[in-house]
Amino acid sequence: MRVTAPFGRRRVTLTGAQDVGAYRVLHAADPGGPVPWPGQFYMLAATQRWGAGHDERPFLPRAFSFLRAAAGELSFMLEDVGPGTRRLGELAAGDELWLTGPLGSGFTLPAPNQRAILAGGGVGIPPLAAWAAALAGSGLSVDALLGFRDAEHAEGARLLRDASVAIATDDGSVGHHGLVTELLSAELDRDAAATIYACGPPAMLEAVRVLCAERAVDAQLALESGMACGYGACFGCVVGVREGGYVRVCVDGPVLDAARLAAVPAH
Amino acid sequence: MTPAAAPVRFCGLALAHPIVNGSGTFDAIAARQAFGDSLLEAFPFSAFVSKTITLAPREGNPPPRLWETPAGMINSIGLPNRGLAGYLEHDLPQLAQLPVPLITNVMGSTADEVGRLVEATGERDEIAAIELNVSCPNVSTGLDIGADPESLAALVHAVRPLTAKPLIVKLTPNTADVAAVAVAAEAEGADAVSLINTLRAMALAPGRPDVPPRPWLGGGSGGLSGPAIRAVALAQVAAVARRVSIPIVGMGGVTSAEHARDLLAAGATLVAVGTENFRDPGVGSRIAAELKSLQNAKTPSSSMKMAQAQVEVDTNSADSG
Repeated sequence: MRVTAPFGRRRVTLTGAQDVGAYRVLHAADPGGPVPWPGQFYMLAATQRWGAGHDERPFLPRAFSFLRAAAGELSFMLEDVGPGTRRLGELAAGDELWLTGPLGSGFTLPAPNQRAILAGGGVGIPPLAAWAAALAGSGLSVDALLGFRDAEHAEGARLLRDASVAIATDDGSVGHHGLVTELLSAELDRDAAATIYACGPPAMLEAVRVLCAERAVDAQLALESGMACGYGACFGCVVGVREGGYVRVCVDGPVLDAARLAAVPAH
Repeated sequence: MTPAAAPVRFCGLALAHPIVNGSGTFDAIAARQAFGDSLLEAFPFSAFVSKTITLAPREGNPPPRLWETPAGMINSIGLPNRGLAGYLEHDLPQLAQLPVPLITNVMGSTADEVGRLVEATGERDEIAAIELNVSCPNVSTGLDIGADPESLAALVHAVRPLTAKPLIVKLTPNTADVAAVAVAAEAEGADAVSLINTLRAMALAPGRPDVPPRPWLGGGSGGLSGPAIRAVALAQVAAVARRVSIPIVGMGGVTSAEHARDLLAAGATLVAVGTENFRDPGVGSRIAAELKSLQNAKTPSSSMKMAQAQVEVDTNSADSG
């Protein structure tokens, strides 16, 4: 599913920002913007001091799936992992962003006889939270299985409001001590009539892909990739597909059927 | 629509303003998918330059393909495209719907290959002009064809008779004397030159101290673009403008109307925007509009000439220094 964007980037104002555990959530007013479909993303850059950080970066805008979209306001979640996320994390209410989007193609509904299981974690929360809200709004019950490094990161699970959530942590500080795929495996043992919607770090996404392939369960993966443009121009964000060659994560994804991938790339 | 800069003639084409895109920096087909018809209502360029088309389809290089640098980026995309037949059948009908003339960029590793591309694209009415990407190794010398005036002259000599359409040679900056290559292109009948292509560049993967460094890009090395190369572009456009009389499409790190004006002052007829399209899809329209206000500001013709003279003095002193 794809909602087209107005052509070009637009200047939007932050209405607020807050920390949620290890993450930062930004809220931006986008009064004239279209209502995006869950799994779609936006390219974001600060209008000021974009390019004045470590090594004179960031230079290119950064891609973020939206976390929430309601009443002319968009929310995004980020973790400080580099010069782009660091600069965006400094912004506060009243600061401005360049924003292009919504871009890419989002999730599709499960078959009528299947339930939806969301699986992921870390910075993969936003598209899952947006999808949970949409599914819940259609009257579907949603189970979410989320993995995190530790308790501070697991705070991010609070952002996923419209699902029944189970948590796994690497250090055992919250929920299941282990991997999210162990939770998913148990869920599928209980009832395998499900479509899996996954987003998270590459290793986690790859583990979900392998598990779903072994059990012949449908899965839709929201991929992350470094990209320069977000709208198909640069051909930088490609991922290899089973049918041969590469597809662009930005225009052919970011949500792709897991069956199309031989592997989720490590970066 | 915002008012754009003054109309300009280029190789017999009447263009609404001097701002076009660099080849491979804007995919109008994908952009229409992302932005719908709003793309056509505010199309940012006065002519559209396609990405490079080769005879056979190419998948492109293995990822990673991008690396962000201070004020720029390195790409190692590897010219993915559907090949000539796929381009003519699939891409061309869609590109023909754009509201501006289409310039098709082609590359081959031999004169015969380039000749077949030029002949086939030259036959199509939807294509207004052909641009030759000559940043391709000559199979016998190993040098890029566009790095060597003799190889380039031989190539243009071979393909020039195959089409009546305007032929633009896209020059590589990775050469000892870009002006000598431009002179060779002009002597063999090229209608225009465009420059600069990306500068050869490399990035190492962020690694651990105990692991030997390895290249980050899947293709090993790549091409540097963005504001980081703007000063190089200005010098090379000025150097070429002093040696040829055919029109020049100047590009390299342009992000504003002032940068475009500088390249025009250095001798360019058109200015291409490249990497900035990635950051700002509509930047071409903004630059075209702002260029008009710059050009309208006091005595444009005399100030442009002064600028040109100044550029010549500066490059001469650099050459002799």
